Amino acid sequence: MLAYIARRIVYVIPIVISVALVCFLLVHITPGDPLVAVLPADASQELAAQLRTAYGFDRPLPVQFGLWLLRALHGDLGNSIATGRPVLAEVMRAVSNTVTLAIAAAIIGFTMGILLGLIAGYFRETWIDKLATSFAIAGVSVPHYWLGMVLVIIFSVQLNWLPAVGAGPNGSNSWAWDWAHLKYLVLPAITTSVIPMGIVTRTVRALTGDILSQDFVEALRAKGLHETGVFRHVIKNAAPTALAVMGLQLGYMLGGSILIETVFSWPGSGFLLNSAIFQRDLPLLQGTILVLALFFVFLNLLVDIAQAAIDPRIKRG
Amino acid sequence: MSELPLSATSDAALQAAPATKARGYWATVGRRIRRDKVSMVCAMVLLLIFLSAVIAPWLGLEDPYKGSMIRRLRHIGTVGYPLGTDELGRDMLARLIYGGRLSLLIGILPVILAFGIGTSLGLVAGYVGGKLNTAIMRTIDVFYAFPSVLLAIAISGALGAGILNSIVSLTVVFVPQITRVAESVTTGVRNMDFVEAARASGAGPFTIMRVHILGNVLGAIFVYATSLISVSMILAAGLSFLGLGTKPPEPEWGLMLNTLRTAIYVNPWVAALPGAMIFAVSICFNLLSDGLRSAMDIRN
Repeated sequence: MLAYIARRIVYVIPIVISVALVCFLLVHITPGDPLVAVLPADASQELAAQLRTAYGFDRPLPVQFGLWLLRALHGDLGNSIATGRPVLAEVMRAVSNTVTLAIAAAIIGFTMGILLGLIAGYFRETWIDKLATSFAIAGVSVPHYWLGMVLVIIFSVQLNWLPAVGAGPNGSNSWAWDWAHLKYLVLPAITTSVIPMGIVTRTVRALTGDILSQDFVEALRAKGLHETGVFRHVIKNAAPTALAVMGLQLGYMLGGSILIETVFSWPGSGFLLNSAIFQRDLPLLQGTILVLALFFVFLNLLVDIAQAAIDPRIKRG
Repeated sequence: MSELPLSATSDAALQAAPATKARGYWATVGRRIRRDKVSMVCAMVLLLIFLSAVIAPWLGLEDPYKGSMIRRLRHIGTVGYPLGTDELGRDMLARLIYGGRLSLLIGILPVILAFGIGTSLGLVAGYVGGKLNTAIMRTIDVFYAFPSVLLAIAISGALGAGILNSIVSLTVVFVPQITRVAESVTTGVRNMDFVEAARASGAGPFTIMRVHILGNVLGAIFVYATSLISVSMILAAGLSFLGLGTKPPEPEWGLMLNTLRTAIYVNPWVAALPGAMIFAVSICFNLLSDGLRSAMDIRN
């Protein structure tokens, strides 16, 4: 097991460096001068040159990348051009809000998905299966930012039950686990959960159907095992694949939260990304994307290891 | 043969005839999908939305750009404005139909482009193998280290707002996914006997790829690509929704949804209409892709 973990970690190193390279190059594919956000419109040539040297934009690209990577390894992602504060601190604060949202959504989406998938797979080709499958297809096809709007229309505008935007009373940005704050989490979490719900339902349904049609299930039933016992075997066999799919979905929720956070003004990493884009705050844009991508890479690593831990066949492969 | 007792065999012969007649693979797939009610309904809905978008100028609609301050945010069912008016008093029906032009273009074009690029890359990587395969596939892996929404936003955000930039960023998102599928199916057929036979008979690598491999892998890659259209529609409209796509006053579903957000307290259901269009197109493409997949799975 340790050898397997070591091998997986070694595989991740080149990926991490390439991800850093992509994030670094993002700033250099932007049209125009990266200094445009800090430079006053009437700045003199001298001031521009001075700033260029200060930010290191006058050096050759590979040198810039090396220096940037070295600083990033020490946790220094530069300062935000708009606020002047360190990028890493801003990103981490926002990410913690996104994690709250993603975990709440994962609890809803995965529970629903597993239940619907098991039921649909167990009662294949019946009306229950058709209902669960349609629910899943709707979940993966719905533009989630629109669903968020529709939920706000129903529960905030029409019924006035839940707040429409924000993450706490009086524009509070720090999260707390009390009802005053939880009220703000309900709609964004439900909205975020529909895509993972749909995908997990489809995965678990397919897995359950496949496992139930295998010979060993026939043998279990023949020897007189109770249906609940058969069910336990189904769950055990479906777990590794289902776990991998759920891990990937959790990563998508963390990294792809920008649309939902924009709809609900949720002060997370996606919201930060949105403001970085529109203020042309390139260090912040670069840093946020790097942190989110690294989260995704390490989450995938964890999923691989967890999968190997519960399924001994994977280690040998 | 003419001496055979016709009366005894004619029934059997008649019944056997359609079954033994060799029908092409694609003809069988076509027949199976025409029998699938869900797929046919979806195809009809999509055809309707497509056609109305194409012939919009000849449908006698209101001018989708002409607003009026005195008829802003009319409700659905208002006389003369069956789907109401938007925040600037423009006819919603006209804007939704005209909006299809840009929304469908920016949603579908990235998948078509990625289908072409990804199929070529995957075919070459899978057929040539070796170092070239490693180079192509490891580069692809880097893009897999980003969640697709994040990658699209990152590229689009760095390049700046615009239709072209949004198409480019979505194409970059889908190329790796299609390349992976194309590479894996190509690797599956490249060592088959008929490819070996073609090589032995002196066919060059390009001829083999074009004639012998492409025909056998295109179907699988195509089905996979159709399943991406739904995601692409949602993401393309999502980029516009964030302000990274087209600019006002252009009618486009994602952008309309964004500008109408301010109207949800005044006229919520009109504000939700553009999203319903995205949903309809997205779910129809998803169901159609599922139908196509099961129609092509002849063993079933």
